[in-house]
Amino acid sequence: MSSVAERRTPASSSSADAGRGGRPRGLRSPRTRARVLELMFLAPATLYLLLFFAYPVVKNVVMGFQEYTTRTFFTGEAPWVGLDNYAAVLGSSLFSRALLNTVLFTVGSILGQFVLGLAIAVFFQRRFPLSGALRSLLLLPWLVPLIVTSAVWRWMLDQDNGVVNRTLELLPLVDARPGWLTSTSLALVAVIVVNIWIGIPFNTTILYGGLQEVPEELYEAGSLDGATGWKAFRHITWPLLRPVVTVVLVLGVVYTLKVLDIILGLTGGGPANATQTLSTQSYELSFRQFDFGQGAALGNVLIVISLVFAVVYLRANRRAVDE
Amino acid sequence: MVRRGTSRRALAAALALGVPVALAGCGGSDGGSAGGGGGGGDVESLRVLDYYNNEPDKTVYQALLDACGEAVGVSVERETVPGADLISTVLQQSSSQTLPDVLMLDNPDLQEIAASGALAPLGDFGITAEGYADGVVEASSYEGDLYGLQPVTNTIALFYNEALLAEAGVEPPTTWDELETAAAALTTEDTYGLAFSAINTYEGTWQFLPFMWSNGGDETDIATPETAEALQLWVDLVGSGSASQSVVNWSQADVNDQFAAGNAAMQVNGPWQFPVLDGTEGLDYGVVPLPAPSPEETVVAPFGGETWTVPQTGDPDRQAVAAELVQCLNEDDTVVDLATERGTVPTKPALVDPVVQEAPAIAPFAEQLPDLRARTGQLGAEWPTAATAIYTAVQDALVNGTDPAEALAAAQQGS
Repeated sequence: MSSVAERRTPASSSSADAGRGGRPRGLRSPRTRARVLELMFLAPATLYLLLFFAYPVVKNVVMGFQEYTTRTFFTGEAPWVGLDNYAAVLGSSLFSRALLNTVLFTVGSILGQFVLGLAIAVFFQRRFPLSGALRSLLLLPWLVPLIVTSAVWRWMLDQDNGVVNRTLELLPLVDARPGWLTSTSLALVAVIVVNIWIGIPFNTTILYGGLQEVPEELYEAGSLDGATGWKAFRHITWPLLRPVVTVVLVLGVVYTLKVLDIILGLTGGGPANATQTLSTQSYELSFRQFDFGQGAALGNVLIVISLVFAVVYLRANRRAVDE
Repeated sequence: MVRRGTSRRALAAALALGVPVALAGCGGSDGGSAGGGGGGGDVESLRVLDYYNNEPDKTVYQALLDACGEAVGVSVERETVPGADLISTVLQQSSSQTLPDVLMLDNPDLQEIAASGALAPLGDFGITAEGYADGVVEASSYEGDLYGLQPVTNTIALFYNEALLAEAGVEPPTTWDELETAAAALTTEDTYGLAFSAINTYEGTWQFLPFMWSNGGDETDIATPETAEALQLWVDLVGSGSASQSVVNWSQADVNDQFAAGNAAMQVNGPWQFPVLDGTEGLDYGVVPLPAPSPEETVVAPFGGETWTVPQTGDPDRQAVAAELVQCLNEDDTVVDLATERGTVPTKPALVDPVVQEAPAIAPFAEQLPDLRARTGQLGAEWPTAATAIYTAVQDALVNGTDPAEALAAAQQGS
């Protein structure tokens, strides 16, 4: 009701309403009301962010500077230890190993997933019988729970009775059974291969979506100028796909850096720490040795690395757009 | 949260007071109940947390808890979680002050939880550990106080496939030399002579301990020739092809699967695998104690099994009843039934004979009881560090081919 009255006010300000003596103040003033409304709309999102993003991150940073052990849970006491946790974690002989493994795992996985994903996406651009059905079947690895995936792959890669080695034996010239999950040189490769298999559907789906956005006419025009096949891909598809590629790579790196379940399911970080990454090591410290302080410190290192990657990619992308 | 919980409990207690409580079962079947059968009093129910979430243990322990609940005059609200989640559940409950009234813990975890202050000393309720094997009492104690009572234990022994041994004309080995010879003789194109778990978890350490301890090794210093010799045995078994390279990736359940499938003629495993093996058609197996380094030496194996504790819930009345429940779970009759039914060894040496008579399959495990050793006996709450160093060294030697002595020294320094 009052809003109707107020809206009318400007039109008739000089006449009767002026006699009411001053505008409504405080909550009734339209500007304040609008401000309050804005804040109320903001509140749920802000609260959500504070509760589920800011709190865990801050808590993790704080934990990194505390001696946070099983005892803390009962007594609530977590003595400050300064940089001791970081010194212990970064000074451990395992750290450089885990860091290197993390880098190899991430680069290897992303490279494989992206190249294969892109190849499959380009392949499915052609229409052929059953292409739709096949494309949806490709999504299957994405739909299987990761723990199931790792259990089945662990089974298939078994050195003695796994289907992979049994099949290899049928081939001529092969007489050894590679220890996919039991030799230090192969375990990381095996884990990367499984992660590539899991990541292909994600890459294919996003890249296929991007490819659909490339106008057909460009290819027709290009073919008149003699740009077909590889040339068409190089000069038409790739430049137009770049924004999508950036998204896929940034998300891919962030997802891959934090991969935990696949490695735990396949090798548990072994054999002899050959597949130990920063995330498995952080899990090991927190949930097997119950040294939550050190686990948090390592987790923070991982967060910083993720952030650096994200910033580098975003800046590279912005420069590309600016050009 | 604390206050709300307490007031709700107070309310429940007040309600219970107004109701005439018939304590028919109280002090009936439990002969030597501590505190002389104060009974349920105003406590109506107790919360119990354990990790017996698989059959048949789930049902067996439910019946046991119900019976003991009736005996002390309370109903039992039981929660079971998977074994791997127990400690994190306990930690969550610690921080939210919602610990159960009766808590089951794997025995090597007791000292760490007791050190956090979350458990009540059982001596406060008049419970003593009289009649129990020393190692068991040691594992359930922290800084001289008793915090848990463990009715039954288990350990590992050598399982063998009768058909495969008969075929190869091999007798079950009793010494390390015989073990190596037998394993080699039993190894064929499709079958390994022996399977064990050398995985990079505490399970791998647990399997290595009887070899290390029997040879005179000790967890306070693993960089010794004795421990290196034990590790050399494992390295030789894998190196000669008598055991699969995959042992570094096998849990004990995986080892048992290999044995049940006939892929391994012998395995190192425990009595909790009986149900799986008995359910495998066409498999006849026998069990003998683990081989000793030489005929003169005895086997020193670690003991497993769970201990029952009373957490600090801040309610003395409930804790007193909880202590009675723990005592009831450890009554002689209960223990004998439990051991017979579940293929476990009673922790009171006096009860071993009656159980072995009823369940002869236990004999090889029971034989090792006098020499069983607690994992936390020497290092207490520091045990996890040593356990990590041990499996790290084992993996290093088996996978990287590092010399056992060097691997052990490196692992001890790195941790």
